[in-house]
Amino acid sequence: MLEINHVTKMFGGISALADVSFTVEDGSFVGLIGPNGSGKTTMFNVISGAFPPSQGRVFFDDQEISGMKPNAICHMGIARTFQIPQPIKSLTVAENVMLGAVFGVKQAVRRYDARRAWDEARQWLEFVGLKMDPDSLPGMMTAGDLRKLEMARALATRPKILLADEVLSGLNRDELKEASQILQKAREQLGMTIIWVEHIMHVLMRLVERVVVLNHGVLIADGEPAEVSKDEGVIEAYLGQN
Amino acid sequence: MQAINKYGFYGQIILLVVLVMLPFIITSSYLNHIMTLILLWSFVATAWAYMARFGMVSLGHGIFLGIGAYFPTMMFNYWSFTPWIGIWVGVAIAVATAAVLGYACFRFGLLGDYFALVTLAVAEVSALTIMAFRETTGGSLGYTLRATGKISDMQFSDKRVYYFIALILLIGAVYIWRRIDRSPIRLALTAIEESEIAAASLGVSVIRYKMMITLLSAGLTALGGALYAQYVTYVSPDTIAGVGVSLSVCFKAILGGMFTVLGPFVGSTIIVALEEYVRISMGASFLGLSQIIFGISLLIMIIFLPKGIMGSMSLAISRKLNRID
Repeated sequence: MLEINHVTKMFGGISALADVSFTVEDGSFVGLIGPNGSGKTTMFNVISGAFPPSQGRVFFDDQEISGMKPNAICHMGIARTFQIPQPIKSLTVAENVMLGAVFGVKQAVRRYDARRAWDEARQWLEFVGLKMDPDSLPGMMTAGDLRKLEMARALATRPKILLADEVLSGLNRDELKEASQILQKAREQLGMTIIWVEHIMHVLMRLVERVVVLNHGVLIADGEPAEVSKDEGVIEAYLGQN
Repeated sequence: MQAINKYGFYGQIILLVVLVMLPFIITSSYLNHIMTLILLWSFVATAWAYMARFGMVSLGHGIFLGIGAYFPTMMFNYWSFTPWIGIWVGVAIAVATAAVLGYACFRFGLLGDYFALVTLAVAEVSALTIMAFRETTGGSLGYTLRATGKISDMQFSDKRVYYFIALILLIGAVYIWRRIDRSPIRLALTAIEESEIAAASLGVSVIRYKMMITLLSAGLTALGGALYAQYVTYVSPDTIAGVGVSLSVCFKAILGGMFTVLGPFVGSTIIVALEEYVRISMGASFLGLSQIIFGISLLIMIIFLPKGIMGSMSLAISRKLNRID
């Protein structure tokens, strides 16, 4: 269980997150939404350890993780994808996933076996449905394939929680469907807890069980999709009138 | 790729045989001396490229050369401490220095140009330090190793011994390079070079791997500096510490190609040979000419052959082979 406890994050004089609290139960599928600049990615950065919160604490399985380094948090079982995919361009597709498989699991690097790591990477590429030569470089990949690689790499770290940051942005209709299916598959087959930041509402609202809404760094709603989409404050701040 | 690996393998075997036989074929002690210098500098340039090929371009390796060269030399002259052990003391001090400097740089996230600039300053500091302690170090005039001619003092009547020591070191450095290539360290450092935050989010300990390669590179560089001092028996801040030698190590590796295992060797061979040629043919009439030539050729290299001579060659060969296939 992940607990966000009164987290505030200041950048200079601006609060990107202001006293935000919520919890995420094991196995749940939570959407984190809000307008641009509302602090969604900042929240991911705080949870994953990219930077510490200015105030407040983050707990994971009753252990405080705020202040820990990103690699330690990854070993605890929290993985993330990036809003702008960050493939390592001078490593092959398989090696990109091997990074997650080898370094993401604690002590796995000591048991490193190139052949086995490559096989494991290939299985994750299969899991996300990335159909390309694992030994090619990721230089010429489509937006959809880059998202898949990003997810395969994160899943290879065997997380308990996946922080998925706008995995649908920039995708066409078919890719959209595929990418959201990967999240569902991760949840159903791997029992993963997922927090999902997304702007494509019609897909998100259909899949998640719960929605947390941020606006200007403040939590303005937290509940089931049906409730939240009727919430006056949320409609005004983000969803707009339909 | 398979084909080029095969050619590369045979090529390296032939090169090795030639290098082993060379000092027996060429009897000129002057040429043997040049060949020993080539191997020593190849070793140092290879050690430098361990870091540089992962984006950590250090312009301050002179400090490690200097520590490696000065400590064993001074310990021998003042205390008659045998260089056989003194060298390792020097290496240990260099590694400890690298740990402090490296941690300071990496902890505060100094990357790319900023890292290069800080290391450049470090190189200058190393030369200034030597000059500041001129009573013990000889200052800018340099310092001569006491000659005894005893094997227990690491002095050999046959100078070719140093050729083979340097050759063994170079083979060792090439071997470690290949081991790194096959290990997860390469994956980690490549990822760190491109995106520290992506690497860290996948569980890579950024500081640990950067430190690992830095300490290795610094230790081997100090070892190279130590052997240079024992071989040449003369050290000075200009030849083995400071900015000048730091940059000349980079030139060697960049010219040959710092992303290819034999690149630093090729670069060192060309530069040391050229330096000697210019020195002899021009003599003292045009001091600094070789530096001007290297400066210009480095400019041309970086613009037209950024992967260096070896890097560009292997790329061209692999393209050609692929076309035939």
